[in-house]
Amino acid sequence: MTDTTAKAPGAGTIPGKVTETQARAVPRRRFRPNGSAVVMAIYLLFLLLPIYWLINMSLKTNIEILGDFSLWPRDLTLANYAKILTDPSWYMGYVNSLIYVVMNTVISLAVALPAAYAFSRYTFLGDKHLFFWLLTNRMAPPAVFALPFFQLYSSVGLFDTHIAVALAHCLFNVPLAVWILEGFMRGVPKEIDETAYIDGYGFGRFFIRIFMPLIASGIGVAAFFCFMFSWVELLLSRTLTSVDAKPIAATMTRTVSASGLDWGVLAAAGVLTIVPGALVIYFVRNYIAKGFALGRV
Amino acid sequence: MNKTVNQKAWFLVLPVLVLVAFSAVIPLMTVVNYSVQDTFGNNQFFWAGLEWFEDMLASDRMWNALGRQLMFSAIILAIEVPLGIFVALNMPKKGFWASVCLVLMSLPLLIPWNVVGTIWQIFGRVDIGLLGYTLDKLGISYNYTQDLVAAWITVIVMDVWHWTSLVALLAYAGLQSIPDAYYQAAKIDQASRWKVFRFIELPKMAGVLMIAILLRFMDSFMIYTEPFVVTGGGPGNATTFLSIDLVKMALGQFDLGPAAAFSIMYFLVILLISWVFYTVMTNLDKRDGL
Repeated sequence: MTDTTAKAPGAGTIPGKVTETQARAVPRRRFRPNGSAVVMAIYLLFLLLPIYWLINMSLKTNIEILGDFSLWPRDLTLANYAKILTDPSWYMGYVNSLIYVVMNTVISLAVALPAAYAFSRYTFLGDKHLFFWLLTNRMAPPAVFALPFFQLYSSVGLFDTHIAVALAHCLFNVPLAVWILEGFMRGVPKEIDETAYIDGYGFGRFFIRIFMPLIASGIGVAAFFCFMFSWVELLLSRTLTSVDAKPIAATMTRTVSASGLDWGVLAAAGVLTIVPGALVIYFVRNYIAKGFALGRV
Repeated sequence: MNKTVNQKAWFLVLPVLVLVAFSAVIPLMTVVNYSVQDTFGNNQFFWAGLEWFEDMLASDRMWNALGRQLMFSAIILAIEVPLGIFVALNMPKKGFWASVCLVLMSLPLLIPWNVVGTIWQIFGRVDIGLLGYTLDKLGISYNYTQDLVAAWITVIVMDVWHWTSLVALLAYAGLQSIPDAYYQAAKIDQASRWKVFRFIELPKMAGVLMIAILLRFMDSFMIYTEPFVVTGGGPGNATTFLSIDLVKMALGQFDLGPAAAFSIMYFLVILLISWVFYTVMTNLDKRDGL
């Protein structure tokens, strides 16, 4: 069984992994217990069952959800999705979320790139302390910051704007981006920088033309993580918005109010929030682990 | 890599510094301000000194929340770390199935946290949820809104569901970086499966596992959204963790002084524990010659 999995089609076609794959051509399977496939199947089942249940519910009518218990929708309906995609107060939630998430990703990367370069290449006064201080912001509980953020952004007139949420999420995304990028940049030999400077490249041109393409995968991973952590966060984005920039996560609490819970619509909204993540995950699948390790594998 | 000394590198760090100062230092100073002042409304503040800190330290409320929080973090670390390693050891090493596993395993990590709460809220309901319905039909009484044990189990299983993949992915990345020569040497020495794990795989995973534990500790210690959606901190206060309690106090009751004192102590506890992890981690990095 294990042999078939390892030789399945698609092996070795993963981009960017070619050299590593060749280097590890020697079989290592003999150390794996035979139950591996069973273990993975059980684990994946455990992961997917609740998600399946959500999808299942999103395709049912409310009468069926509350009426008879069924493992799959008998009376398949897309009405729940139709409701979300046609009602502006629903779909604007997604638009708002996407706007501040993209803003946050761009800001985070723009400031993190030079900083990560400095940390990976130079020693300077207080660099280690600064690095740890950055990390402490990743550790800061959003609950601590919710109220001060609310007051700060209200006082400068940014309350209920996309940029407010984007800036607030920088609190934990910038340190994260610096960490991930620094990890990737460490892997690029310093000789490349030196050669480029000798060849007459200025810092800006070298950084954009030579260095950034070299760590393209790192930038991709950092962008992915900024996107992800901004997308999944609720406490700050809910506190800092009321109407105009209300994220989808906060909109979802609406279903609770009028005439009991609208389970079908709630489930459909939940399914739609999974879609962007599932899409981007496909592109970075081979770097996910490295990104989570903050570039330190 | 040996780095050169260059004080001008500060200019490269400056943008980050300004941005983080705006979004972290200013708000944090507000919190410090509130923690030492008292107010009777109308924006009139009076110096209160360390009164709020003394109040909070003397009240059961914070200690109880801290106790629940530490218990929660300890339980999920004790489950997720071994389980994550176990899953990583069983993952296909490469090929199509490895990609499938990676993508499917990452899926829970990318679901907005309130949706994670919603998923489990629905999943555990006796009337419409698969889990609750099945347990009910098996004759096991299960009601996470009423029963303390059920509420805790639900929150813990939810967190295991949500985050075990993170530990597994990190451990997997660590395993991938082990050269085959190590395994061949072990084969020649006729090392047992356990010894391969104990003396080759575990030491090589140590670095990434530290990151996994650090991230899991930090994030579990700040957990807010998921239990809030599922149990709302109940039944009673059974699942009111530090963040939930803090938000209740700060935004719900608007007790600014106590909430601020609470915030600062909360942050300091996280900082202290994370600093220990961080020191261990950087020492591991040095040992490996990174």
